[in-house]
Formats: sequence, C-alpha cells, structure tokens
Amino acid sequence: MLHIVNKSPYERPALDSVLATMSGGAILLIEDGVYAAVKGGAQEAKIKAAMERFKVYALAADLEARGMADRVIEGVTVVDYGGFVDLVVEHKPCQSWL
Amino acid sequence: MKFAILVNEGPYTHEASDTAYQFAKAVLAKGHEIFRIFFYHDGVNNATRLTTPPQDDRNIVSRWSKLAEEHKIDLVVCVAAAQRRGIVDEGEMKRNGKDATNLAPGFRISGLGQLIEAGIQCDRLVVFGD
Amino acid sequence: MSVKKFMFVNRKAPYGTIYAWEALEVVLIAAAFEQDVSLAFLDDGVFQLKKGHNTKGIDTKAFEKTWGALEDYDITKLYVAAESLAERGLTADDLAVPVEVLSRSEIGKLMEEQDVILSF
Repeated sequence: MLHIVNKSPYERPALDSVLATMSGGAILLIEDGVYAAVKGGAQEAKIKAAMERFKVYALAADLEARGMADRVIEGVTVVDYGGFVDLVVEHKPCQSWL
Repeated sequence: MKFAILVNEGPYTHEASDTAYQFAKAVLAKGHEIFRIFFYHDGVNNATRLTTPPQDDRNIVSRWSKLAEEHKIDLVVCVAAAQRRGIVDEGEMKRNGKDATNLAPGFRISGLGQLIEAGIQCDRLVVFGD
Repeated sequence: MSVKKFMFVNRKAPYGTIYAWEALEVVLIAAAFEQDVSLAFLDDGVFQLKKGHNTKGIDTKAFEKTWGALEDYDITKLYVAAESLAERGLTADDLAVPVEVLSRSEIGKLMEEQDVILSF
C-alpha cells in the first residue's frame, strides 16, 4: 500500500499518523511533506526508524522548490512525477493522508 | 492502467491542484488513461474562467482546459460544491436564476455519483488536497 | 455494476472546515451506488462523532442527525481508533452512534484490504 504525505512533520501529525497505523508499505513525501526527508533536523531519527518498516520516497520537484534537494536523508529515494505514477501503479490501494 | 484523480483544493492557495496537474501529465506521459478528474470542496474553483493571474504566473484554470482539450479528459465539477461556491454553467444559471456563468472550457458540472463511478471504473483513484 | 470496497478516512474535526460535512455527502452517494462502504475515524476525526453537538450559535448544520441516518443507507461499518479517542479524553459512550472501536493497527489492516480510499 502507498501512503502519500503532504504535510510538514514539524507542523502536522500526518506522518506520525501513518507510522502509528500501518505496519509497513511505501511512503511518498510530497509538497510540504518533503521536509520529513531532510537530514539534520529533529525528524531525522523518526524517518530512519521508519525506514526499517517502510520504503520512503520523496518528490524531487518539491525538494528542489524548497532548496532541500541536496540534503536528503540517505536511504530516501527521490522520484520525479513519473516515479510518483509508477509508485501508484505498483501499490494498491493508495491513501493520501490529508 | 485507468486512473481517476480527485482535487479537493482551489488553485493558488494550496499546492494540491499544481501537484494534481503535474501528476496527470505524468500519468499520460507513461501511456496510462485518465478516466476522469473530479473537483470537490474548494477544488471547484479550478473551474472558473474568470481567474486572471499575473502574466508571469501560471494560469491554473486554462492549463486544465488545455489538458482536457488535448487529451479528451473528462473534467467534472461537483454540482453541490459548485453551487455553494458560485461556479455556474448555463444550466445552473437558468435553474438558480443567476445572471452569469463562469465555467471554464473543458469542465462540466455534475453530481457526486461521477466520483463514485470513477472509483468503481478505475484501477486507481488518487486524492490531492490539504 | 461491480462492488468495490470504499473506505472513507476521516481525520479532521467538524465545523472548523467543511471537509467532514462534504465527506459525509460522498459517503451517502457511495452507499446509493451499493458499494461496500466503511468509515474510519482517526486523529481529530473522532470529534465528528461526539454526541450533543449544538450548532445554533454558529448557524451551521449539525452532524448528529446524519450519523443516525447512515444505518438507513446500510452503512454500519464505522471504525474508530481507540488511541485517538483516549488521547482526546473520549470513550465510545461519548459518541452519537454505535461504532466499532479498534486499535490503529487493526484499522491499518482494514485499509490495506480496500479498493478505494477517499480522504478529504
């Protein structure tokens, strides 16, 4: 199953909600959700722990727009919009944690 | 694969309709089909042709219209959400005694059943919102 | 027409935004299409179900009556996250309709079985 998260983990608990509800699967970080994929912050340990259970992806265009493309946590896979489509194709169902 | 897309936010305030648009283009580029894009909540504001962004900004509304024209995509605006927010076509204008229409080309106003039908007909339904 | 499993995930409080109300409008339509409909309430979504809403003062339609009507549409699968209730100082007795209180991980397993998940 694919979990799409578009909220900054510093402001909203959408990512926490995924981690507390699901045992595994794929997480795609988009829009402000990409701040969860950035290293050096207070959220880094959480994402690293999550990667033991989830495959974590982040959308390239949203990282680039926010000036964060060069500081993505190791192990997070950066995808373009085509990669986003592939993730939706490969996983069923998909849920946007709005 | 057959896709449906749901857009829950209006243009410009949220990134949702931008992400939905880029996603839709990528779906088509990958050779998949888009059965329908459904606009709900403030998402109905993606369908007002009266929008006039600054010239150096993207025109989110006409971008949808162009996508619909080029790829024959069904853009459906929820009637109940549209009535609340003043998105009006010819039929709605007459039915509700309004003095104008503002629905952009390529969009049509219809019921929520169109969203459920898209969920039934498609392999995937992807939601964009806040 | 084929029957698919539709789950509506409600994670937002009522009234502050319209999402919960317009979500309910979709739920009723899905039921009219005779789909296999369930509702999951997590996080602030559990506030939607609190009984005793009195919306006179904010001049907005209240939810409570519509929850009662869900049964008339054969919608009986209402799942509420136990952790979300407890975090907010609520119990099942505080809710306006009968629900199934499940752990978050049990709700997560149900999510994985769905064909379509709608969230607003």
